[in-house]
Amino acid sequence: MTRDSAASAPGSEARAGRPVGPPPAGSRFGRLLEGGLLHGGVQGSPVLRLFMRWVRRPLLPVMRLWRRNIQLKVVVTTLLMSLGVVLLLGFVVIGQVRNGLLDAKVKASQSQATGGFTAAKQKAEEAAGADGDDSTPADGRPSQNVIQWMSELVKSLSSGGQGAFDVVTLPMGGESGSGRGPRASGSVDWAVSVPEDLRERIDGGTAAAQSYTRIVYNSDQASQPGLVIGKQVNDPNGEPYQLYYLFPLTQEEKSLSLVRGTLATAGLFVVALLGAIAWLVVRQVVTPVRMAASIAERLSAGRLQERMKVTGEDDIARLGEAFNKMAQNLQLKISQLEDLSRMQRRFVSDVSHELRTPLTTVRMAADVIHDARVDFDPVTARSAELLADQLDRFETLLADLLEISRFDAGAAALEAEPIDLRVVVRRVVSGAEPLAERKGTRISVVGDQQPVVAEADARRVERVLRNLVVNAVEHGEGRDVVVKLAAAGGAVAVGVRDYGVGLKPGEATRVFSRFWRADPARARTTGGTGLGLSIALEDARLHGGWLQAWGEPGGGSQFRLTLPRTADEPLRGSPIPLEPADSRRNRGLQDAGLDETGGQRVASHGVDRAVGVPAQATAGQASQVPARGPIPPRSSMTAPTADPTALPGNGARVVPRPVSGARRPDGGPAEGLGRRDTGPEDPSRQGEASRGR
Amino acid sequence: MKGRVLVVDDDTALAEMLGIVLRGEGFEPSFVADGDKALAAFRESKPDLVLLDLMLPGRDGIEVCRLIRAESGVPIVMLTAKSDTVDVVVGLESGADDYIVKPFKPKELVARIRARLRRSEEPAPEQLAIGDLVIDVAGHSVKREGQSIALTPLEFDLLVALARKPWQVFTREVLLEQVWGYRHAADTRLVNVHVQRLRSKVEKDPEKPEIVVTVRGVGYKAGPS
Repeated sequence: MTRDSAASAPGSEARAGRPVGPPPAGSRFGRLLEGGLLHGGVQGSPVLRLFMRWVRRPLLPVMRLWRRNIQLKVVVTTLLMSLGVVLLLGFVVIGQVRNGLLDAKVKASQSQATGGFTAAKQKAEEAAGADGDDSTPADGRPSQNVIQWMSELVKSLSSGGQGAFDVVTLPMGGESGSGRGPRASGSVDWAVSVPEDLRERIDGGTAAAQSYTRIVYNSDQASQPGLVIGKQVNDPNGEPYQLYYLFPLTQEEKSLSLVRGTLATAGLFVVALLGAIAWLVVRQVVTPVRMAASIAERLSAGRLQERMKVTGEDDIARLGEAFNKMAQNLQLKISQLEDLSRMQRRFVSDVSHELRTPLTTVRMAADVIHDARVDFDPVTARSAELLADQLDRFETLLADLLEISRFDAGAAALEAEPIDLRVVVRRVVSGAEPLAERKGTRISVVGDQQPVVAEADARRVERVLRNLVVNAVEHGEGRDVVVKLAAAGGAVAVGVRDYGVGLKPGEATRVFSRFWRADPARARTTGGTGLGLSIALEDARLHGGWLQAWGEPGGGSQFRLTLPRTADEPLRGSPIPLEPADSRRNRGLQDAGLDETGGQRVASHGVDRAVGVPAQATAGQASQVPARGPIPPRSSMTAPTADPTALPGNGARVVPRPVSGARRPDGGPAEGLGRRDTGPEDPSRQGEASRGR
Repeated sequence: MKGRVLVVDDDTALAEMLGIVLRGEGFEPSFVADGDKALAAFRESKPDLVLLDLMLPGRDGIEVCRLIRAESGVPIVMLTAKSDTVDVVVGLESGADDYIVKPFKPKELVARIRARLRRSEEPAPEQLAIGDLVIDVAGHSVKREGQSIALTPLEFDLLVALARKPWQVFTREVLLEQVWGYRHAADTRLVNVHVQRLRSKVEKDPEKPEIVVTVRGVGYKAGPS
């Protein structure tokens, strides 16, 4: 029977009115939710997407939990999968049971109906024979007879079943003429109970046909599922009519629903148990993993003595053992390194003390001798002078060396507090005044109208700036030195600009190297140690700041110290462009209205420029005093402020740089190091050491 | 000028050199090389100032400093080879008024010794009030509600400097110059440590200072009286 199997296909037999298993729409929606909503995989109209977004928003925490919690993931997956399996099993089992139950019933019904049809045929033939024999008295009212016969037929047929079935007769083709209206036993509402298409099938042929239906009664009796079998049968007059047997399937329905209920309960239990089992099993694995994760976190937070608890010898225990071994070795190595570092610091401190005490004595002795030199003969007096001078130098060198080794040992500590850089700059400038006067240099300060406050170590910042300013004066060839202050975007900066000999290509990174000297042949007037900028760089790094240099041969240089406004805040840019607006190249481009190609052309002239010196008129100028007009200090002071201080990211570079490709000088490790820190600024910039942190 | 200086240093060469320099400047130095004997020597010689090396055999300089400070307010200047913050701060916290990092120039040393000794020369009758404290400058006493508070001379000077101009905020540099007598010294840790020490003596609650108030980013000022 084809209908049987069709009935197990959910939804296709709505007419049968027989609920078959749980409605699958819910789980389908759930799957849509899982697959589409939760993972954002829904595509479709913008409205739909908007709706999905709206739906997704409250789901976000759930999604986060989903992503982070493997236990939840496994349990939910297990639940879903076992639910699927149970549903599938349920459908199959219910289908089987239904087939088994119905097959028997249908067969019984069919034989019953066949018997009934035969009986009806016999009765019709008997009645026809009787009419034939006894036609005279009945003559003239044959149809009346048929009507009566029909009613009796229905009564007799249905009485044979004792309520196990009902009988309905219908005229052919739905016509109700000739008095042979529909009849039904047991107050069955034939119009509803006998499906239309079955009637049409009976109309169309003489074979028996059947269909599932719902038997509806005119009386109070509740409707019930049933099987209807119909056949075309002739009445005593030889006229065909439709005879239907309606078999209620209530008993089978009850059995089926019992089975279904049992299955559903069992399935539910199975699913719940599987979920619980999955939870327990995953817990066994996840708990040690979580423990490992939390302990790894504690290890990385510095609590090196943390270990995992290991029980048993299984894989988890092996993981724990391996983890603990790793932690052990880590702790060992770290403590070794710590010991080394401590020893190094101790050594530095001891050397410092051991060297300093005799040096103090020597120093004092030398000073006493130096003070008494007027009484000596000229040679001895000069010797005393040299002794005192060189002791000064020795002292500074020792101090610088110790400072550097303190940085190297990681022993330098930052004592940051909010300071106004203007105060520091003023102090530094006034300290450098005597030297500047000797050199004929004027030091001007720009950008000190507003407070420039940052969390910094005043002592270190002052040391850095003193170094920069003294260097600028020393190499400034008597020209002006401009100290510029600016603050913007979470950073403060001090730029020290000079118009002296400047820097050759590649020197901008090397100036920070220890004991590096621009020109070994050059006489140094202030007797620097060669460690000043290295220390300054370390100081800047300690602040999480940058110390960078820019320079052009003969065009002067600019050193820029950039500090984060608050300690621990990463730097993203500097309020002062590294290459000053009055650099020769920038001025050249502005004056001549040169665009990038112009710059390129100029830059292709000589090797040194190709390696990164900003545009410069002729190659020969590098070593001589630049043939430029006297730099008006005013313009050099106002130009940078006109530039909206080149906020980080908004194009610190006013003019695009030519020769970006060729601009990687030998660089050295320092440049490679600092390169990533330049952040938003032009990464191809050269002629500068972008070093920091 | 009084000029008895006790030099506590184990390095004989340095001690001798210090002696030469100090005598040259008109001081009367006396010497002790051992930390254990320092206190006895101090009691015996009753110096006007102590020059104390931090690294000593026997008791170390910090301990000696603490012992001397416990029984006298005499100025103590530490000689230290370590300019690391921790060492300096520990030294200052143990009671030293000033420190000088080796190697130093004789002139620098003498200037600091003079600065420490100078203060005893200027007693002018003056009554100051700061918070609920009453300061008698000439009598060198600080009283709260009649109760006298013991301060070292340096702490007293610091308090007086603040109390004389209660309207003014003193930067650490200004205090260094006025109280310690430095011109260009950049090390403001001296001020920080001594302000802490002063607070621990004069404030009711050193956590919430009312006498010596911090002006963040600038310095210190006297609290409202």
